[in-house]
Amino acid sequence: MGKEILLMQDIVKTYNMGDEDQVVLKGINLSVDEGEFLSVLGPSGSGKSTLMNIIGCLDMPTSGTYILRGRNISEQDQKQLARIRNKEIGFIFQSFQLLPRLTALENVELPLIYSKIPPSERRKRAMEMLEKVGLADRMYHRPNQLSGGQQQRVAIARALSNNPTLLLADEPTGALDQKTGKQVMELFRELNNEGHTIIMITHDSNIASYGNRIVRILDGNLREGDLKDA
Amino acid sequence: MLKESIKMSWKNIINNKMRSFLTVLGIVIGVTAIISLITIVQGLQNEVTSRFADLGAGKIAVQAFGTPLKQGLSDNNIKSLSEIENVSGVSPNLTLVSSVVKNGKVLEDIKIEGRNEVFFRNSPDFIARGRPLNILDMESKNKVCIINQAVAKELFLGEDPVDKTLQIGGTTYLVAGIIDEEVTSDVITLFAGNQSDYRIIIPYTTAMGMAGIGSINVLEIYISDTSYTDEVIEQVELILNQTFNFKDNSFEIINLDSIVDTMNTMNDMMTAVLAGIASIALLVGGIGIMNMMLVSVSERTTEIGLRKALGAEPKNIQLQFLIESIFLSLLGGFFGLILGLLISYLACMGIGIDFRLSYLAIFLGVGFSAGVGIIFGWAPARKASMLNPIDALRSV
Ligand SMILES: Nc1ncnc2c1ncn2[C@@H]1O[C@H](COP(=O)(O)OP(=O)(O)OP(=O)(O)O)[C@@H](O)[C@H]1O
Ligand SMILES: [Mg+2]
Repeated sequence: MGKEILLMQDIVKTYNMGDEDQVVLKGINLSVDEGEFLSVLGPSGSGKSTLMNIIGCLDMPTSGTYILRGRNISEQDQKQLARIRNKEIGFIFQSFQLLPRLTALENVELPLIYSKIPPSERRKRAMEMLEKVGLADRMYHRPNQLSGGQQQRVAIARALSNNPTLLLADEPTGALDQKTGKQVMELFRELNNEGHTIIMITHDSNIASYGNRIVRILDGNLREGDLKDA
Repeated sequence: MLKESIKMSWKNIINNKMRSFLTVLGIVIGVTAIISLITIVQGLQNEVTSRFADLGAGKIAVQAFGTPLKQGLSDNNIKSLSEIENVSGVSPNLTLVSSVVKNGKVLEDIKIEGRNEVFFRNSPDFIARGRPLNILDMESKNKVCIINQAVAKELFLGEDPVDKTLQIGGTTYLVAGIIDEEVTSDVITLFAGNQSDYRIIIPYTTAMGMAGIGSINVLEIYISDTSYTDEVIEQVELILNQTFNFKDNSFEIINLDSIVDTMNTMNDMMTAVLAGIASIALLVGGIGIMNMMLVSVSERTTEIGLRKALGAEPKNIQLQFLIESIFLSLLGGFFGLILGLLISYLACMGIGIDFRLSYLAIFLGVGFSAGVGIIFGWAPARKASMLNPIDALRSV
């Protein structure tokens, strides 16, 4: 495989709930190489989203080391973290998280605004991304004028727009029916074939099986899974 | 980035038209109040100051109440007053009430003014037609008079009154001249507010004889060089004190220039007080904006979280909300400005004074509303920028 882009060592996440601490992640070790399509499979409440937030630099581990593209995340300040989220990570959420008042095109442009790309270039790139996900004819639609599957594609286009190191998806098919979910997964496969590294979180083993590597998370512990497990 | 923030703010305001309007109302009212108050008060102040400057520049007024022994000033007193250095003349002012008759038409209880040639010399445009009263009229106690348009209209019915006669208190007077109505009268008449009333002026010597009074109680002293006003006042005080034997409250000297100063100070104070009261509306408006911004922040928690996940720095978020609140209050300020100028324009027209666009008012209106936007938008914007993106995203 390619070179390592992500390394987690002994990642622990504890939530302080009044008197007692709740340990949600109990020492996670994980390494992801460039070009992988990793599925993180686990039941509800197992700590999947918590892990994803840490990978996405939205949250900090209580202890442990997390290195993304050679940078130790716990040593970065707010501004640097914002830049990492902007340039290195493309988020795809279960509930799409599109801004309702913006058109598909404007939604896709958002990450580019924060990386200070000039407007004309921004527009061009956003259009390319929407074409790539098959929405060339829906650029000026607002989210409420799009189907769930289309909305998720807009979100994927947005995640791709800044050409990130890593696509990070939390239950990307959770709000979609089986058929649309499958289409989105086909798109993920395509993107992975083009060389995009993907980490996808799911509780659904069918969905997980689209990845080329599976890890299982249970009660805050992570272990390598078998594709056959899925 | 700034452009995007402005665009977003605009979208948000437009999307909540009713709410934005209500929020902004406080600012609109505050700015309207401040602007119209300042413009109207300044207009009044300009008006009063310029009138006083016309009337009061270079003269002081003296009111002699007298003492039981000496009830007023004599001709000799007037003469010594006019001999003070830097005094160009003294003009006594008597009033008495009498009836006026012409062609069987009777005007009862008309105020007759007694004045001298100094008064006319110092108001060269006072007479529209005919001639002013001169020193000969004074010395010979001539039975001549100056009348205004109102009297002319009432008694002469379109005829030219100059060189015609009329009866004052049963005696026949020749009309020497007509007052030019464009020229404002003296301060005392102005205050009495009877400019449009009948006005008849006769030589003061004639008036004294007619009323049987031997002394003068009101006079104006014209000063040739106003930088010596204080010295002149000192001399006048000296002479009057000697005349009235240093009795308390026997006379009063009114310096019109100092009255103008006092009035200006009072006006400025009034403006400040009124503007202060109006800024309470601005304060309330500001709290309204803060409230709306806080609501907006909590409504858009997810949006904030998402933007952070997509790479927005805290300062980007803060800027966006700050721009929105400044935008809102400037919008209010803008409407307040227009409304305020409109109101003050109508008010000035109504009162009959010049409407002058006050740059101070515009500056205050715009400045205050932007200030309110920044001050009251700061806390909500800061709150938004500090939101934890995970909490923000989870709230869906
Ligand atoms: N901010 C928090 N404070 C306290 N406990 C939390 C917090 N966030 C998550 N937890 C707890 O951590 C555990 C894991 O939550 P997490 O959201 O990671 O689960 P998940 O695997 O994503 O579940 P799901 O599949 O339902 O989304 C849960 O028991 C949850 O209650
Ligand atoms: Mg979850």
